[in-house]
Amino acid sequence: MAQVFSLPRLSAADFGDALINPDLGTPEGAVGPDGFPDVQRFNVYRNNVIVSLCEALGETYPSVKALLGEEYFAALARAFIAEHRPSNPVLIWYGEEFASFLAAFPPLKAYPYLEDVARLEWAWLQSYHAKDCEVFDPAALASIPPADLGGVRFRRHPATAIVASEWPIWDLVRVNRFKDGEQSQIDLSVAQPVLIVRPEFDVDVRILEPSHAAFGVAIFSGASLGEAAETALEVDSGFTLADCLSNFLSNGALAGLQIKEPA
Amino acid sequence: MRSDKQPVSAFCTPAAVPRRPGAGLKAEHVADILQSRPDIGFFEVHAENYMGAGGRPHQQLTAIRDVYPLSLHGVGLSIGGESPLDKDHLGRLAELNKRYEPGLFSEHLAWSTHETTYYNDLLPVPYDQATLTRVCDHIDEVQHVMGRQMLLENPSTYIAYAQSTISELDFLKEITRRTGCGLLLDVNNVYVSCTNQEQSPAAYLAEFPMQCVGELHLGGHAPDIDEAGRPLLIDAHDRAVDDAVWALYKNVIEMHGALPTLIEWDNDVPAWPILLREADAAQEILICAQDADLKAVS
Ligand SMILES: [Fe+2]
Repeated sequence: MAQVFSLPRLSAADFGDALINPDLGTPEGAVGPDGFPDVQRFNVYRNNVIVSLCEALGETYPSVKALLGEEYFAALARAFIAEHRPSNPVLIWYGEEFASFLAAFPPLKAYPYLEDVARLEWAWLQSYHAKDCEVFDPAALASIPPADLGGVRFRRHPATAIVASEWPIWDLVRVNRFKDGEQSQIDLSVAQPVLIVRPEFDVDVRILEPSHAAFGVAIFSGASLGEAAETALEVDSGFTLADCLSNFLSNGALAGLQIKEPA
Repeated sequence: MRSDKQPVSAFCTPAAVPRRPGAGLKAEHVADILQSRPDIGFFEVHAENYMGAGGRPHQQLTAIRDVYPLSLHGVGLSIGGESPLDKDHLGRLAELNKRYEPGLFSEHLAWSTHETTYYNDLLPVPYDQATLTRVCDHIDEVQHVMGRQMLLENPSTYIAYAQSTISELDFLKEITRRTGCGLLLDVNNVYVSCTNQEQSPAAYLAEFPMQCVGELHLGGHAPDIDEAGRPLLIDAHDRAVDDAVWALYKNVIEMHGALPTLIEWDNDVPAWPILLREADAAQEILICAQDADLKAVS
């Protein structure tokens, strides 16, 4: 039996494309009670998708949102979403590329610190959700002969991160995300590399001396204490290992150690 | 394969969700809840919010689960999708199920992922034979991997597919018959969808396979109109439950008895006491129905 006419068959691919790209119009197969397409009805889905993803980005990047204002942020988020559709239903993992997107967005050239603010907020979120882990107990260091200390390598606590920056990123986040302080008091000439830690459940952000930041980056990429101290001394000749290590230890940035390099 | 050993629960509270009201758990309410220990039947969480490795969300959920039964509600599995289920995502659901021993597990008759894009909305599915087969295969897979029965929630819809050949009710009934899954009856979704499709919510509910229902949902919707000026209700979960939905709920409870009933309020989330008040309103309806039952028996 030949069909007199065929009903428009709407695939998930076409439905999805029409969601993201309104220029494609309302799909013929998605109809109201009279059997005809209705743009308002289809727009409910379009709106749900875009608005919910904009909100997800806004929750991950509240400082960027506050710095740019609601309207600008919404437009920017839409542009980001068009380039980076989420692929995973777990939205706490969505938006990692937002920092580099900001850096490459020509109209924001005059605000070069936005990229690093976004990197700090992404790192904050990763820390918040990181695996639970005991912090390293400094007492364990007492059993290491002083001569062996230089060869010690630490394991990073899973919730620890360092965000290097030439900009006052902590001040920008403190004021815009945590509503602590005044925008007008922020000195954009100050560099604030930060250490992010979460010894238990609360994320803490600490401003690091540039040499301490260099030290941290080095030990977290596998350098021994001795190697990391050399790197830090290149940044600041006044660097002292004892002060720096106690800074990392007291903030709960470390999870454990490997005592010796393989011979 | 079945183990002879009973799982030893790490929690003080039994897993089973009682036939009482519950509330959607919001992070901002947890401290208040743990401090005031409200008399409420259970809490329901969106599974995707607890898929991080650790930290505060899991600490909060563990503390809540210790004193309340839990219902685990997935919003991103895309059971109605054309693509195969995301095995990793299903694995994460199974892990949460094992860790928190929820009394109920539910997901939606909807899709959200196609190929590599996740659309972050509960999108409608066409009601035809091909979709029916696929949805049943997906539910079989979910129930197999999770090792438990799931409840499938009826959707809120704004459009219908011109290609649909089966009614939503027949579609749901056939799914339960083929897969043995239960249903989560969202009364607000019924009201929203039936209004949007110009059908009678009461007639829909009269035909609903209530023997399969393990849980009810109640939530708020936002009124709008479509291009043709017809009423268009949006399942916004951003306000109190509408009077019309309360009336339908009362009817369902009077006809079929008490069921676990969740108040969903996910956007513009109010202070905890206001959400609790909604749950108390549901409790009153449940108690009235039980009193009437007792009178009928004696
Ligand atoms: Fe629902």
